[in-house]
Amino acid sequence: MMRHLISAADLTRDEAVLILDTAEEMARVSDRPIKKLPALRGRTVCNLFFEDSTRTRISFEAAEKRLSADVINFAAKGSSVSKGESLKDTAQTLEAMGVDAVVIRHGASGAPYRLANSGWIDAPVINAGDGTHQHPTQALLDAFTMRRRLIGPDAGIGQDLSGKRVTVVGDILHSRVARSNVDLLHTLGAEVTLVAPPTLLPVGMDSWPCEVSYDLDAVLPKSDAVMMLRVQRERMNAAFFPTEREYSRRYGLDGDRMAKMPEHAIVMHPGPMVRGMEITAEVADSPRCTVVEQVANGVHTRMAVLYLLLGGNEPAVTHARTEEGK
Amino acid sequence: MSKILIRGAKVLGGEPQDVLIDGETIEAVGSGLSDEGATVIEADGQILLPGLVDLHTHLREPGREDSETVLTGTKAAARGGWTAVHAMANTFPVADTAGVVEQVWRLGKESGYCDVQPVGAVTVGLEGKQLAELGAMHESAAGVVVFSDDGKCVDDAVIMRRALEYVKAFDGVVAQHAQEPRLTEGAQMNEGVVSAELGLGGWPAVAEESIIARDVLLAEHVGSRVHICHLSTAGSVEIVRWAKSRGIDVTAEVTPHHLLLTDEMVRTYNPVYKVNPPLRTQNDVMALREALADGTIDIVATDHAPHPHEDKDCEWAAAAMGMVGLETALSVIQHTMVDTGLLDWAGVAQRMSVNPAKIGRLAGHGRPVSAGEPANLTLVDPAYRGPVDSAEFASRSRNTPYEGLELPGRVTHTFLRGRATVIDGKLA
Repeated sequence: MMRHLISAADLTRDEAVLILDTAEEMARVSDRPIKKLPALRGRTVCNLFFEDSTRTRISFEAAEKRLSADVINFAAKGSSVSKGESLKDTAQTLEAMGVDAVVIRHGASGAPYRLANSGWIDAPVINAGDGTHQHPTQALLDAFTMRRRLIGPDAGIGQDLSGKRVTVVGDILHSRVARSNVDLLHTLGAEVTLVAPPTLLPVGMDSWPCEVSYDLDAVLPKSDAVMMLRVQRERMNAAFFPTEREYSRRYGLDGDRMAKMPEHAIVMHPGPMVRGMEITAEVADSPRCTVVEQVANGVHTRMAVLYLLLGGNEPAVTHARTEEGK
Repeated sequence: MSKILIRGAKVLGGEPQDVLIDGETIEAVGSGLSDEGATVIEADGQILLPGLVDLHTHLREPGREDSETVLTGTKAAARGGWTAVHAMANTFPVADTAGVVEQVWRLGKESGYCDVQPVGAVTVGLEGKQLAELGAMHESAAGVVVFSDDGKCVDDAVIMRRALEYVKAFDGVVAQHAQEPRLTEGAQMNEGVVSAELGLGGWPAVAEESIIARDVLLAEHVGSRVHICHLSTAGSVEIVRWAKSRGIDVTAEVTPHHLLLTDEMVRTYNPVYKVNPPLRTQNDVMALREALADGTIDIVATDHAPHPHEDKDCEWAAAAMGMVGLETALSVIQHTMVDTGLLDWAGVAQRMSVNPAKIGRLAGHGRPVSAGEPANLTLVDPAYRGPVDSAEFASRSRNTPYEGLELPGRVTHTFLRGRATVIDGKLA
């Protein structure tokens, strides 16, 4: 297993499947009355969040606590960062306090890579989202959700997503979720199609391992999963699209469009959703929409990542039984 | 001042000859010159060039003495073989008045390591709104000829037109930092395959090319000369080539780093590779080399941009743009242009001394290596090979992208009007 998790592109197929399988074990533990594992007892994990985030931070914190880690939360607001302290100094200060792993969210693309590769600190680094670059645990939880829904919790063990057709719709240009998903889904054998107005697709993406379409209606009937990305209203002011309504008409998912999807196909969203913009309430609240499941799966997947990066070689479930027996 | 005899140096890479310096002047060039009363420098196998002239140097003084001063910057210049540098105007305060350019000019005189020719700002505060007092700067002791808002583009077409016209009165030249500002808001690196993957804001080639296209047309319309700073894309080369073919009076420069490095380096997220204009693609690098060889690009200029360590020891987006370059430029040019067969040493002399001196109307520099000429000379050992070690730099800053990279060539001696500023690779 790798030392850091910086980019979904760094994962091999076998590593990714191992994480998904481990997450499945973690999910089973979560169904038990006592959800806690002792795997990271005595280890300290710091959640270093330089950018506002509620769900990702809480998800990591829940994962860390269920693995019995000690958790330090660091949010940039009201911290020394606002007084001009550098990323390097902040990280070194935290490491000096005895942090065993750093989970970092940062507005600057590449900040986790710099933290892991500049010799500033020794601790493993987990990227919880950097700028418009990567958000690997989001891609892992999305893949986990797809595998569970499209193959099955048990049938999925050991499997990748070969042959599954995944459509990602929305602001690809500014999306770390899209980049991570393209990388990981490709590694797992899925066929990815990105759908967006041309203004929200990056120049230079021709070599990405995916298809691109400007026509959502044409792609929907051929999709096993449709992932809607949040589109920020302020993009309109920078002329990425004319109006909110035009965006919704061309690229939003409503009930009529959802009806064009195959019966088994699911609707996903990394959250937070902008209801009425990229997704209507009818779709968001339908049983085909996995947004709440994704949140639960996020905890299982992050437990798996933390366990595999920090927990050593002992199998997770052995610990689980020991804990339960006590 | 005593005499100096440089013995057996290949003048501009030609046959070995002796060069005798007397005082500030080259007294004789020939074979078997007498060494009587002269300090002898054995220069077997070494190349003798006219002292190098940089049209684009950031000396940072006044205002950012933590990154460079005129003294440390000119020491770095001497080590790199330069005998004259043009100090860019984006200081604090901005060099937009006769007072500031005279201050920088005077500091250069005091340093004594190389001539410092201040560049004046085109507009007040580099803000692109109102012309600075270009005439006053020209008439000052500094005698400013080159005007540039470098770091910022003179993006207003009317202001650019007026500046181009106005400096004709005293044979000045506007050096444009070609960067369309709206197309480069939030830009962090070249826009292309790598930026798409890394999620860093793109700096598209068209933002440079559109300004160059506009400015060569403006220069044609008003009959002025225009100079393009740090040209970085294959498309810019095509536009300049077209403009020259039409007889437009345009000159262009390229930096050593744009001749060697590509945006692939940005994958490390190491801000030592963060520079403006950004590192481009391999295709651009090859086009720039070809253009420098065929004369479409007239000169090499360093865009030496010192920054303190903390401004680079951080995440990419927070880092300052720029690289130091004075002390590595000639090695990079030997590596990319001479050792590849694209340029001979006479061609290097043309592009790093003669042409920049001509653009800057700098008397006494970029002159032939012959009797009666000022003894501004650079002696290079082209056989040297070694890794770049920034600990040896005379510059106050260490932000070089070449740390540890093995490069050819080493400046052994630099002479400023007959006085050695560098002896055996060390500052005199």
